[in-house]
Amino acid sequence: MTLTRRNLLKIGAAASALPLLGSRAFAQGEPLKVGFIYVGTINDNGYNYAHNQGRLYLEEQLGDAVETTYVENVPEGPDCERVLRELAQQGNKLIFATSFGFGDSVIKVAQQFPDVKFEHATGYMKADNVGLYNARFYEGRAVCGTIAGHLSKTGKAGYIGSFPIPEVVMGINSFVLAARKVNPDFTIKPVYISTWNDPPKEADAARAMIDQGIDIIAQHTDGPAALQVVEERGAVGGFGQGADMSAFAPDAQLTSIIDHWGPHYVNSAKAVIDGTWVPGDTWEGLKEDVVQIGPYGPKVTEEVKAAAEAVRTGQIDGSFHIFTGPIKDNTGTERVPAGQTMTDAELLSMDWYVEGVEQPA
Amino acid sequence: MDLLIPIFVTLVGAASPILIAALGELVVEKAGVLNLGVEGMMLVGAIAGFAAQFYTGNPYFALVCGAAAGVAVSLIFGVLTLSLSTNQTATGLALTIFGTGLSALAGAPFSARPVQLMAPLFPPELATHPIWRVIFGYAAPVYFSLIMVFVLWYFLKKTRSGLILRAVGENDLSAHSIGYSVVGVRYAAVAFGGAMAGIAGACFPLLLTPQWAERMTAGRGWIAVALVVFASWRPFRLLAGAYLFGLVMTMELYAKAGSGPLSAIPSELWAALPYLATIAVLVLISLRRDGSTNAPACLGKPFMPSN
Repeated sequence: MTLTRRNLLKIGAAASALPLLGSRAFAQGEPLKVGFIYVGTINDNGYNYAHNQGRLYLEEQLGDAVETTYVENVPEGPDCERVLRELAQQGNKLIFATSFGFGDSVIKVAQQFPDVKFEHATGYMKADNVGLYNARFYEGRAVCGTIAGHLSKTGKAGYIGSFPIPEVVMGINSFVLAARKVNPDFTIKPVYISTWNDPPKEADAARAMIDQGIDIIAQHTDGPAALQVVEERGAVGGFGQGADMSAFAPDAQLTSIIDHWGPHYVNSAKAVIDGTWVPGDTWEGLKEDVVQIGPYGPKVTEEVKAAAEAVRTGQIDGSFHIFTGPIKDNTGTERVPAGQTMTDAELLSMDWYVEGVEQPA
Repeated sequence: MDLLIPIFVTLVGAASPILIAALGELVVEKAGVLNLGVEGMMLVGAIAGFAAQFYTGNPYFALVCGAAAGVAVSLIFGVLTLSLSTNQTATGLALTIFGTGLSALAGAPFSARPVQLMAPLFPPELATHPIWRVIFGYAAPVYFSLIMVFVLWYFLKKTRSGLILRAVGENDLSAHSIGYSVVGVRYAAVAFGGAMAGIAGACFPLLLTPQWAERMTAGRGWIAVALVVFASWRPFRLLAGAYLFGLVMTMELYAKAGSGPLSAIPSELWAALPYLATIAVLVLISLRRDGSTNAPACLGKPFMPSN
């Protein structure tokens, strides 16, 4: 090897990497540092609360083998990059970014820290050190929709969403497809409020719905505000999102979709410790116990409970898939022919509403 | 048309806390102090009110606790800006950040705990008919906010103390030279602003959504600050402004949840409406013949009698 400037640089780079190698070998007994960032607060009693429960589950299962850190209320945008970079610099070797809007920042920061593994929840952009993980919430929505189809008196549900991203669109579609299997005239009205956490606005959206003849409310935002309004106004019911919210609406909560991220976090951390981690793209649901259905509320009769359980168990044993055709969109065009089931890729990019969804402006 | 009454009732709920906080800020600014910490003081009031309601179930006590907590944090701002003459803008922003963090810390044990909503002030029999519901259907803070509009108008316009407060805000050196305690008056105004912001914050768990959620005021403190300018420091215009903002916020949701002609308006336009309204009002103010904005002349300036 001739001693050119380029080669010198290479040697220098290799030499500077040596201590890194050494420290890694030395660090065998040290715990794996795992970082989490949440878009909201861990006290939201919903989505972020559930991710944090997953983190606690990880600590409980792996004990001294892991050391976890979390940062809450991380805004989606440039600030997120800063937080991710700080976590990486603090020695976290596995970082979970738990909100859709963190995607761009994760990809950018992952390039700067090739030896750190990142996992992005509900996202779509992968890289050599960026894996994706998601939960099939739509399976839970199908159970909720079945209950709504049976119990709604007006046949109209409202759905409080944050932003019209595929994750939310898919949930609305799954809900109404299931409800229409029970009541073919069932319709749903999506209302987007452009935020994940503004409890007074969520509550007012619920009031606006109930005042206009909607008697079942599902929400994709992170807290129990809408459910409390359903309870207060005595409408038929609503659903807990992310966690069991029956403390807030003992009468009105028909059931809840519980996010149970713990098992996934344990598997990923183990893989990093064993050196077998690869950028995965997991999408687990009721079957893998990552999505759970909470206890049924007092308004859910035995008959309705049986129907809901049939949908739940059907999705666990694979005999039932809510996105099996024939499915028409809300303009009447057939999108999925009879007997065919939508692929995961199609679901993850879903940007159209099925029949029964009133097109939001 | 059946919807007009429910829309109005929801609007009043959305507007009242903003109005209460903005009335407090109006008095503070009339005394020449700019306190941008309204959002933070509201959050501290919200958690204090929530905790009091959670332990005692007495909403009036909860409102008092909210007010007391608001006064306590506003006095931090007072000591810094009035006694130590720090920059009011920076200190106010710091107060918001501090209040957000403090409320989150104090609120952590209260997650997953609901409380009782505050009941309407009048017996429900009075509010059975929809028309009467518009008048008698609210909890006490709503009536409090309306009474305070009148009280503050009267205080600022017709009383000697109000005149002194305005003098301190318009020309602190003159007020000082004829023997009024500028710092004392400003301390009182800042504390009043803190009490009102604290009550406004306590309204969130008591009237709107009976839970504690971090940052549950979600920017409404900033709307209150903006409304004071919007209303050119006049209480009755503040009332109009708060209800106008409440109307826009409420109509957005009713339009989206309904299927009438209004539901065709894109949500982006709804989201932009309050800002468009603000710009329109600012332009109208600047077009006034005498060119004055009615802003207190000493607004935001530290009082330095030695200069």
